[in-house]
Amino acid sequence: MSEEPTKDVDSLGNIFTVAIAVCLVCSVLVSGAAVALKPQQDENKVLDRKQNVLRAAGLLPADSNTDSQGRGVEELFAQFEVRAVNLDTGEYVDSIDTTTFDPVRAAGDPELSIDLGDGEDIATIGRRENVSLVYLVEGDSGVETLVLPIRGYGLWGTLFGYLALDGDMQTIAGIGFYSHKETPGLGGEVDNPSWKAKWPGTKLMRDGEPALALVKTRSASDSVAAQYEVDALSGATFTNRGVENMVHFWTGDQGFGPYLDKLRTGA
Amino acid sequence: MSSPKEVLLNPIFNNNPIALQVLGICSALAVTVNMTTTLVMCAAVIFVTTMSNFAVSLIRNHIPNSIRIIVQMTIIASLVIVVDQVLQAVAYEISKALSVFVGLIITNCIVMGRAEAFAMKNPPILSAIDGFGNALGYSVILVGVAFFRELFGSGTLMGFEILPKVTEGGWYAANGFMLLPPSAFFLIGLFIWAIRAFKSDQVEEAEYKIADNVQYKEAL
Repeated sequence: MSEEPTKDVDSLGNIFTVAIAVCLVCSVLVSGAAVALKPQQDENKVLDRKQNVLRAAGLLPADSNTDSQGRGVEELFAQFEVRAVNLDTGEYVDSIDTTTFDPVRAAGDPELSIDLGDGEDIATIGRRENVSLVYLVEGDSGVETLVLPIRGYGLWGTLFGYLALDGDMQTIAGIGFYSHKETPGLGGEVDNPSWKAKWPGTKLMRDGEPALALVKTRSASDSVAAQYEVDALSGATFTNRGVENMVHFWTGDQGFGPYLDKLRTGA
Repeated sequence: MSSPKEVLLNPIFNNNPIALQVLGICSALAVTVNMTTTLVMCAAVIFVTTMSNFAVSLIRNHIPNSIRIIVQMTIIASLVIVVDQVLQAVAYEISKALSVFVGLIITNCIVMGRAEAFAMKNPPILSAIDGFGNALGYSVILVGVAFFRELFGSGTLMGFEILPKVTEGGWYAANGFMLLPPSAFFLIGLFIWAIRAFKSDQVEEAEYKIADNVQYKEAL
């Protein structure tokens, strides 16, 4: 370049001037973008949660934002009622704003969660929130579909998902994971639509105990045991174990068990 | 001084940042599992490199030598945060897939390398073209890697099914290795081989020669 840099470019004064000027311009740019785009981002997060609930309940296909009749996410989600549930008592909690409450974040807060002992923590989640959210579709005869948030450790990390139950609180209506770190092609097949399609219709509890099992060899199709079985994913022992444990945990006494019992007895 | 055309096109094959300079490999491994995320990543890098080169070049005569790296970093980091925020607002699904890797554009050696090596010494428009060209060279390799990884790893391209997978009732047994980051190493290696077979001037001279084994001895 023909232009000679002026002599005082390296002076102390110029160093401060340039540093402050660059910082000011950049911070205006960054905070401007963050503030301006915040409403849109929050909307996306809410929409994302709704999509995950709908996908677990089998109401929304994995690769589209509208169902077979062309209904959008908002329209489909409108049939759901979101309630906060106290996991220890199984009672509804009305004092919590369900639009902003995040159960996973609550599990990190000692005030809002309990530390699970070794024997109780079969899903390996460490802490469990005291209050969680449930998503209900109510019909004439009471609850028709119930979607529960579930999570638990697989092989490489925690899987986060939703489990949907039919009105009898005994038959599984669907399962879906929205975040996991399982091996692609092996445990990562938890996202495979044809595997998830094997879940609906499977029974959950047998004599009051969680009995759902992921198995390598199915029992004879007319036996009682076969009602509680789902084909395991091949080559993914730890993921299968994790999924089975998390379903047991979240439908058991430490999870939504008390709440499900209340719904079953109609209290 | 080279013409704008050379500045734009040279980095694509003659002086490719990934294939010849071997810079920016980290993100080439991480975000190339499918074409859609790769294209978004490439667009982000093209935007950041072009704009940062332009901005750095614009104030190059005022940047004190002693803090020039940190000034470049501040500009690059700000641009990357803006890109990240925009992605979260307009393409939430893809921004979840890219997760930390958008943020890691800050540490992409190509962006910083072009700011320091080119933009500090050249006028703004030419610098912007250089940034665009280099990011394009990066993108060519990334899209190539993603093409093979998605096609053979998932049997799809841009999410559309090309090879029906066995697990979904087709005939193609997906190559699971292609979904794991190390496969990108092999693909990049093969690309470098292909480019250097075609442009033999890129072949580096051997740094040393293995001496002949002159004494034959029995291992006793």
